[in-house]
Amino acid sequence: MNLDPLPLLGFIAVCALATFLTRALPFIAFSRQAEHPLVIHLGRYLPPAVMLILVIYAMRDWRPLSEGAANLSANGWPMILAGLIVAGIQLWRRNALLSILTGTGTYMGLVQWIG
Amino acid sequence: MTPLPQAGTTTGHLANWRSAAVTTLPVMFGYLPLGAAFGILAVDVGIPWWAAIAMSILIYAGAGQFLAVALLANQAGLMEVAVATLMLNSRHLFYGLSLLRAFAGAGWRKPYLIFSLTDETYSLLTSHEGHAGQDHAQAFRLSALNQLWWVLGSLAGVLIGSQLAFNTTGIEFVLTALFIVLTIEQARRLRQWLPFIVAIFTALGTLALLPERHMLLGAIGAASLILLIQYRLDSAKRHREKQRIAEQQQREAS
Repeated sequence: MNLDPLPLLGFIAVCALATFLTRALPFIAFSRQAEHPLVIHLGRYLPPAVMLILVIYAMRDWRPLSEGAANLSANGWPMILAGLIVAGIQLWRRNALLSILTGTGTYMGLVQWIG
Repeated sequence: MTPLPQAGTTTGHLANWRSAAVTTLPVMFGYLPLGAAFGILAVDVGIPWWAAIAMSILIYAGAGQFLAVALLANQAGLMEVAVATLMLNSRHLFYGLSLLRAFAGAGWRKPYLIFSLTDETYSLLTSHEGHAGQDHAQAFRLSALNQLWWVLGSLAGVLIGSQLAFNTTGIEFVLTALFIVLTIEQARRLRQWLPFIVAIFTALGTLALLPERHMLLGAIGAASLILLIQYRLDSAKRHREKQRIAEQQQREAS
């Protein structure tokens, strides 16, 4: 692995440019279409869809039965239980921080001390 | 709602930053440990500390930076690096598409808003009450703070290394929790089933059909495509409806 400063900086520059390109391309290519009804349609419906896709992606390792009847490791029931706690508190109190911290605390407790 | 503090005054600035910081707290709890994990990994592989920090400042992409470390360790060529990074981040194409309108007129802040558009920042900007995406100063504060948490986490990882005493097992759930909360808030605002049905359908479909590393791109791309088709069908239906009414009116007039 070549870790001299110059090649390393070149490597970082390529990664940075490629990442920025994926983020900037729509703004460059469609800058005049910002008011197009289709763009407005996507702006309205895509974010909620992406949000739920990210939830499902984050929970993709859920394997409720892989270690017997009640899988209590990180990819078993603690994930669903903590997820339900987050959703429940959010629906009940509408306090994002409270829901997130309670759910995460529960999850960490379950996987560290039980799983 | 309390009246907004005067913009431009010091207390107004402070209050604005403070309220933005509160909004980004869930991201902070996710980015500090995740950034630290990146810093630890980078140093572990043999990357100098300054390069790891430079990556968090200049690249600023969670999965992208982990990939970069792997590519660096495997001595990948620059072309391969560029293609792999483009592939991994191409879901961001769709994020930009849905923010074209919100970012219009953001002025000098726009390049940074685009640069710093991670999954989590996108989620915050599109979920914030009263469209943070359209309040560009607030959007800028949220974006900058999120990156600050990421860089600070990386710095901690680089400095402390693997001597971290606190058992953080399971803390990665904080970002899952953030996405759950934001899904609920989006549903509350929109009050329509359509995008959520599309999401379940595409996410489960791509999980079953695609290798895991392509799942996000596949699902988000497919969801955009379905929304596009649905828009076409919808506007065709509206068009036919308009024609029918026009014809009816003509018949009644004659």
